[in-house]
Amino acid sequence: MMGVFDIALALLVLGVALMVVNAAETRAAVIAFIALGLLLALVWVRLGSVDVALTEAAIGGGATGILLLRACGRLRPSVSDTPQPGLGVRAAASALPTLLTIAIASVVLSPPTPAPSLAEAAAEALPDLGLGNPVTAVLLGYRALDTLLEKVVLLLALVGVWSLTSDGLWGGAPAELADGAAKPPLLLLARLLPPFGVVAGIYLVWAGADHPGGTFQGGAMLAGMWLLAMMAGLAAPPDTGNPRLRFALFVGPAAFLLVGFAGFLIADGFLAYPPGLAKPLIVAVEAALTLSIAVIIALMVAGPAMKAPR
Amino acid sequence: MSLLLDTATVLLVLAGAFFFLAGTVGLLRFPDALSRLHALTKADTLGLGLIVLGLLPQMGSLPAALKLVLAWLLVQLASAGASQLIARLIHAGDANGPRS
Amino acid sequence: MNPATLYGLMTAGLIGIGLFGLIVHGTALRKLLSFNLVAAGVLLLFGVAAQRGAGAGFPGDPVPQAMVITGIVVAFAASALAVALLLRLLDVEREDDAP
Repeated sequence: MMGVFDIALALLVLGVALMVVNAAETRAAVIAFIALGLLLALVWVRLGSVDVALTEAAIGGGATGILLLRACGRLRPSVSDTPQPGLGVRAAASALPTLLTIAIASVVLSPPTPAPSLAEAAAEALPDLGLGNPVTAVLLGYRALDTLLEKVVLLLALVGVWSLTSDGLWGGAPAELADGAAKPPLLLLARLLPPFGVVAGIYLVWAGADHPGGTFQGGAMLAGMWLLAMMAGLAAPPDTGNPRLRFALFVGPAAFLLVGFAGFLIADGFLAYPPGLAKPLIVAVEAALTLSIAVIIALMVAGPAMKAPR
Repeated sequence: MSLLLDTATVLLVLAGAFFFLAGTVGLLRFPDALSRLHALTKADTLGLGLIVLGLLPQMGSLPAALKLVLAWLLVQLASAGASQLIARLIHAGDANGPRS
Repeated sequence: MNPATLYGLMTAGLIGIGLFGLIVHGTALRKLLSFNLVAAGVLLLFGVAAQRGAGAGFPGDPVPQAMVITGIVVAFAASALAVALLLRLLDVEREDDAP
């Protein structure tokens, strides 16, 4: 029976992807993309990766969707949806993608056997780290350097977004996310949902040690709640030069770096954890990282500064 | 007993799926945006409620069942808020209506 | 066929569709959407490898999963930067056209 569900899901994903590519209006394409994000989360669950499914639903579908929808709204007045290319152009354009699809399909159909796997190696040191979730162990233990560098990449991307403001506005606040008059339904949602969302976000981070979850998923949920409040007009986007904001951005990578360098003193090397202290250190780093990730995601959606600094 | 629960699950989930189907038919067939929105919201909320009701016997424990009910309530809240906002836009004449 | 192979074939289709969208559309936002499709497909290939590498009691090999999570977040950051560039370009063009 599961086979029928898998086939149906795979066909649905391909159908919605075709909708994204072939929709006449850009807004329809973006909404189809958000739906695709949710379907892909289901695919990830079927592939046995629940952590990735949570991340895909929150960041891949949710955060990217908000970003593109707001961009689409701002582009609408000026950019005319250019007329769709004719059938001949589309036929010619589908030559390369068809070749690529066939190439990838042939690779998928003849994979290496036995399947290469690092699962055993990952499971070995799990008790030393005190974690139950192997993905969190990989992210914050075995490949902690990758996660640290990724944090820095996120910060750099945010600085890149901020750098696109006019010269005189550096340090100011992004444009208001709420447009026009207050809307009561949105206000109700923005008052009711954030308490649930904040609790759920913090729970996702805490539970990520032993069950599916983690800093990215929890941070994305917290960012979503803040964005909801900003979109309803209940909170204004902060000045990008605000020292407390900058501290919140900085505390995640800083805590990670601190623990990393402390590894020279109390353990084997950079980002090594001492045997007894691994879990508390990881939880502390996760807490700082979640705050930073939440702020970074929300600010990346809010965009560069549009008002002069106060 | 478990056969009874499984039968109840299958029947309720099928009923829920039928309501989802009805809502989608409404989305495709109704003439204007407001009626399509009406069909979608009503039918989908009822359909989800039936599916949740049908899945409750399959949950292993009370906390899991309560989590399912909480998820349903949150979806109701979010979809009610969202459909109100879309209806405002349609009423103001700004939106082109939900895609059909 | 097991789920991994089925979803692997779906992924091949997804990447092809994304590449088609990238070639066919002229506007930057549509290209960004298609590029995100290709990125999602490539990350799904990692997922297929993770499913095949299941062992030690886990439903999937955790190392590719961690890489995919990193990939999703970085793809979002890249999209955010692309959107900011796009909107800034639009503002600059508006300023140029204004007088």
